[in-house]
Amino acid sequence: MSADLLERLRARLVDEGREAAFAHGLLAVQIPREALLDTAKLLKEGFGFDLFLDVTAVDWPDRDPRFDVVYHFYSTRDHVRVRLKTAVTGTDPVVDTLVPLFGAAAYMERECHEMLGIGFRGNDDLRPILLYEGFEGHPLRKDYPKEREQPLVRYRE
Amino acid sequence: MNAGDQKDGAFEYLTTRKDELVGWARKFSLFPYPFVTACCAMEFMSVSSTMYDTDRFGAALPRFSPRQSDLLMVVGTITHKQAPVLRRVYEQMCEPKWVMAFGVCATSGGFYQNYAALQGIDKIIPVDVYIPGCPPRPESVIDGIMQLQEKIAGSSHPIVSDRF
Amino acid sequence: MTVRNTSDNLPNPVRPAFDTPSTEDGVIVNIGPSHPATHGTLQIIAELNGERVVRADVHCGYLHRGFEKECEAHTWHTLIPFVDRLNYCSALINNFAYCDAVETLMDVEITPRTRYLRTLLSEYSRIADHMTCIAASVMELGAMTAFLYLMTIRDWIYEHLADLTGARVTYSYGRIGGLAHDLPEGWLERLEEILDEYEEYIGRIHGLMDRNRIFIDRTRDVGVISTEQAVHWGFTGPILRSTGAARDLRRDTPYLAYSELDFEVPVGINGDNYDRYYVRMREMDESVHMIRQLMHMLPKGPINVDDRRCTFPEKHRVYTEIESLINHFKLVIDGPQVPAGEVYRAHEAANGELGFYLVSDGTGTPHRVHVRAPSFVHMGGLHKLLEGYQLADVVSTFGTMNMIGGECDR
Repeated sequence: MSADLLERLRARLVDEGREAAFAHGLLAVQIPREALLDTAKLLKEGFGFDLFLDVTAVDWPDRDPRFDVVYHFYSTRDHVRVRLKTAVTGTDPVVDTLVPLFGAAAYMERECHEMLGIGFRGNDDLRPILLYEGFEGHPLRKDYPKEREQPLVRYRE
Repeated sequence: MNAGDQKDGAFEYLTTRKDELVGWARKFSLFPYPFVTACCAMEFMSVSSTMYDTDRFGAALPRFSPRQSDLLMVVGTITHKQAPVLRRVYEQMCEPKWVMAFGVCATSGGFYQNYAALQGIDKIIPVDVYIPGCPPRPESVIDGIMQLQEKIAGSSHPIVSDRF
Repeated sequence: MTVRNTSDNLPNPVRPAFDTPSTEDGVIVNIGPSHPATHGTLQIIAELNGERVVRADVHCGYLHRGFEKECEAHTWHTLIPFVDRLNYCSALINNFAYCDAVETLMDVEITPRTRYLRTLLSEYSRIADHMTCIAASVMELGAMTAFLYLMTIRDWIYEHLADLTGARVTYSYGRIGGLAHDLPEGWLERLEEILDEYEEYIGRIHGLMDRNRIFIDRTRDVGVISTEQAVHWGFTGPILRSTGAARDLRRDTPYLAYSELDFEVPVGINGDNYDRYYVRMREMDESVHMIRQLMHMLPKGPINVDDRRCTFPEKHRVYTEIESLINHFKLVIDGPQVPAGEVYRAHEAANGELGFYLVSDGTGTPHRVHVRAPSFVHMGGLHKLLEGYQLADVVSTFGTMNMIGGECDR
């Protein structure tokens, strides 16, 4: 049943002109960023992917567009996973927020924002969550040096 | 020896004895403030419960108010985000106070050599005893407590006026 | 006393979502991060009306130690110790989930003995993790005796795992393509003894807690969440199961040897704190049941796959053959060459779905490692469980959520 569902989903997405392929046990879909909200809605409402697993981004400094924003969804009914991937440029790294669809996205988008500098249009609460106020830069970007500290407390002599 | 007979010598003799007496009392009445953050917490739980039992060293009763405690046990990694909190807790503690760096992360940042971790709490507060290990075995923690006790017993304790 | 001078200008690392009360008699209080009930790494800013929590703003990140950045500077092998320190209550599950993800990417199939051993050790770790959670949460409600009982048995488990791996808490026992080494002599016999003791001790916990009036009053109908809301907020693991949904990756998407085992998925009714406590207690029993089955199923044979891309050659060959020496050298210096690609693998960790999303660019160092950490997701929905309840309930709700700093903040 579950393979069936994924096959139907794949056919549907290919009809819409997306690249969709099976890889390591899940369906990986490449979409343009304009289609993100619609595709997520389709997954949630049309195919029962109700559990939002994850959003993160991958930095490819030598590539244009520079970032891949990656989403994972899980269906608690059919026990299958889908990965959505969309590419954004380094100059305008912004995608639509998924918070209205999935509450779980709120924290993860905050994390992705501070770690990689991805903007989420429509999410107005992008305060730092793992880092702190006043931290400059995005540590998971490849151009952030691993050992560059930004201490809050002045060190003892 | 009658102190009244030797007006000059008795003063110094009493001072030394007083330090020893107060040190002896203090080393067995440590009230730790567990500043517990990370993996070392698992070992801290073990150390303070039945199998290893820090009560034998008079250091069993954790106080969760810095005002009531005299031993700050920094258990686990301190990040730059946590650093102001740790510093404030340290400043709120009353004298005399001692600090124990529990595990390598508190000692030196451990293997987290990156933007997030503070490279040793001694960069922001003074430390009395370091316990190595990631996390340290309970035996090394007990050894650390005993070394701290020796240090307390051997140091001077200016608690009352010099006339005492 | 130079320290004193700076105390007033210590910066505040977080910015609260609200700083004025919404009603006239509202009060805003700060709980944590250094608070006995917040495990040292969580801050809750709550608006109170009397004793009732009206709004809550949860801040984590006090233990963010740059795990994901650190991974990008290590080889696939040498980051295993970092993986340990995500959920340090059950480090072995992290190890195996990570190794499984890398093995999927490399297309390596582990040997049968390793498959069963990993399942056994995952369940064993789950017991230790649930014990830690229950011990901490009941201690915060004042049940010191239960805490001491659970610590005693957990210490036996730790020492027993130290016999196997050499460390009590952070084991680094998983390897890509296998395990560090095989079981030592007599390990399984001791395991059987501990499981018997476990039953004795858990019986005492049941006796102390299950029908304890104080415990029930503080946990029943407190921190209630519905299945629908739990899924909306991304909850998995015991917290989702406590709402009555039997969602368990071990049964839904079987990995390792779970498809061959007989076990139940315990669920709760209400989704309150008591259910979360009880689901964990029952899950430990199921884990023991699984371990007993696995002890009889454990086949003989090698534990490491014979694949020179990831497994180290035997020591005596390293010293006598130039090929093995080069192989060893390349594996240490360059790391295992993982084919380019990306993978997401999830295991049912003690707290819920622990997923590793790995991106490889074909070298010995990961291009990107991302962890889908259950605790972090749970903290995103924690305010839903706090709002509308008493301030004192924050302690019991937070205790049964089992937030693990290393995993939450990475």
